[in-house]
Amino acid sequence: MLQVEQLTVRYGPLTIVDRLSFALEEGCWLMVVGPNGAGKSTLVGAISQCIHYTGRISFQGKDLARLKPREVARNLGVLMQNHCVGYDFTVEEIVRLGRYAYGDGLMTGGKEDEQKVAEALALTGMERLRKQKVTTLSGGELQRTFLAQVLAQDPRLLILDEPTTHLDQPYHKQVFELIGRWVKQPGRAVLSVVHDLSLASAYGTHALLMEKGRKVADGTVEEVLTPQHLWQAYGMDVHHWMCSLLGQWEKPQAARPVFSQAGERRLKQ
Amino acid sequence: MAKWQSKRPAEGFGIGQYLMLGAAVTVIFFLCICAGSVSLPLKETLRILTGRSAGDLADAIILHVRLPRVLATALVGASLSLCGAVMQGLLRNPLADGATLGVSSGASLGAVLAITFGVQIPGLPGGGIMFFAIMFSFLSLLLILSLSYRLDYSFSTNTIILVGVIFSMFCSSLINLLMTFAGEKLQAITFWTMGSLSGSTYGGVLTLWVALTVCGGILLCHARELNAFAVGEDNARHIGVDVRRVKLMVLIVVSVLIGVCVSIGGTIAFVGLVIPHITRMLTGPNHKKLLPATLFLGAGFLMLADLVSRVLLSPLELPIGVVTSMVGSVMFVYIFYSSRKVGR
Repeated sequence: MLQVEQLTVRYGPLTIVDRLSFALEEGCWLMVVGPNGAGKSTLVGAISQCIHYTGRISFQGKDLARLKPREVARNLGVLMQNHCVGYDFTVEEIVRLGRYAYGDGLMTGGKEDEQKVAEALALTGMERLRKQKVTTLSGGELQRTFLAQVLAQDPRLLILDEPTTHLDQPYHKQVFELIGRWVKQPGRAVLSVVHDLSLASAYGTHALLMEKGRKVADGTVEEVLTPQHLWQAYGMDVHHWMCSLLGQWEKPQAARPVFSQAGERRLKQ
Repeated sequence: MAKWQSKRPAEGFGIGQYLMLGAAVTVIFFLCICAGSVSLPLKETLRILTGRSAGDLADAIILHVRLPRVLATALVGASLSLCGAVMQGLLRNPLADGATLGVSSGASLGAVLAITFGVQIPGLPGGGIMFFAIMFSFLSLLLILSLSYRLDYSFSTNTIILVGVIFSMFCSSLINLLMTFAGEKLQAITFWTMGSLSGSTYGGVLTLWVALTVCGGILLCHARELNAFAVGEDNARHIGVDVRRVKLMVLIVVSVLIGVCVSIGGTIAFVGLVIPHITRMLTGPNHKKLLPATLFLGAGFLMLADLVSRVLLSPLELPIGVVTSMVGSVMFVYIFYSSRKVGR
């Protein structure tokens, strides 16, 4: 589905991503992991055509750099980690912008737009807040607003750059489970940058481990997130440290259902 | 970046509200035609405007002095506030407008150069000044943006405004230098730096009308893209906006419109900054509602400011730029203060 070949990104004399190649197949959830400064967010920027790169990134055989922005957006949806909206748009206005790629000039997609927007609001539990100004939302609500926008965009590949940075634990779980079900529908895949290796191993099907712009390992989560690879990338025994932390951890209570049941049902259908 | 919150909800701003705005602008229009150093009753004004003139002094005042002036003022006000609203959305910065970005100063510099060196386009009176104003307006925009890109990779709006302010000062110093050597052209140059619509002609009105129709039409067609930019440039790119094309298109159109306004009315500050804020309080930040409404408010505000400049110290006339700056700065402080209070 997504093919990255010899991807290189340079900022002046610095090489941030160095001849990186990997592929992502339909139905997969690829977790991009690695220490700070490994080039994970830069990789996301290159795939989403936001920064200049050399090499080739193709989606379903087509070179992404040659596609029109609207075509790219119909295939790729991106959720960033930080959002700062300067003006007080309503939640619904932000989510509706997700349908931009399906409009043609001044015309909008009509009924289908309405349906997708309503569905996205329901799935993310933002229905109740649809008329609220985004400047009055909490960090978590704001992130869910943009998650709803990207779901309304209805892309085939969802790219997430640390999607749960501003979310508390129950939302962490809900978002990852929501995306886990989303990716199971035919013709879809997810690529996400995560820092939390336990989340990566729990939800990802595949992983790409990076260090200083280069690939350390890629493959299934089990193949990649081994103590040896992690030692190589992080320079410490992350695996042991995490196990020791988890050993001290009490089993957490079940998360309260934060997303609306209607949305959940719609997704299951 | 500062979060600007409007006090009232955006819900319910529709056709009725636009009609009310239209009615208010019409009332202001007739008030401005009737009032002045020579006040004329509405009945007589209507008689003259409907073509039943008696060929007296009142006819000459209304048809040759006030009507072109009020029309030009309305069009300049509408254009400048539209440009301000568009720039504030595009750069996602509530402090942006033609003047703060240095585009107006650039256009003024162009006009002053054209006056000083007597640049003329054959067969088009005032064409040289207009051409130079538009060209310099666009060139200054390009210069400010490219310099900002070089200084700050992330292209932060604060950098753009800082560069714009510095560029404005640079242009002002060049204008002052030109004025030193201008000799008998000094008075004409002073006109550009203070802004005045007293010498407006029907030719100017027609030019403004064409510029506003074409440029305004293009800008209104980009309302969805401007909404996306106002949310964030990266977000705009992710949802499929052709960021580079839209940005370039909008900036070219804005600089043409500002260039035309400056070539006719000189530098009129604060309209493009304050009016979009007031409009946003009524309509919310959605550009589909904001842009049409800001046209009405801009036109109404500048017509009133021009009226004040004419009647306050009558028969002495104040430069309109002085009035807009005084009123605008007080209004801006009030808006800033009240929006901050809401944000707390």
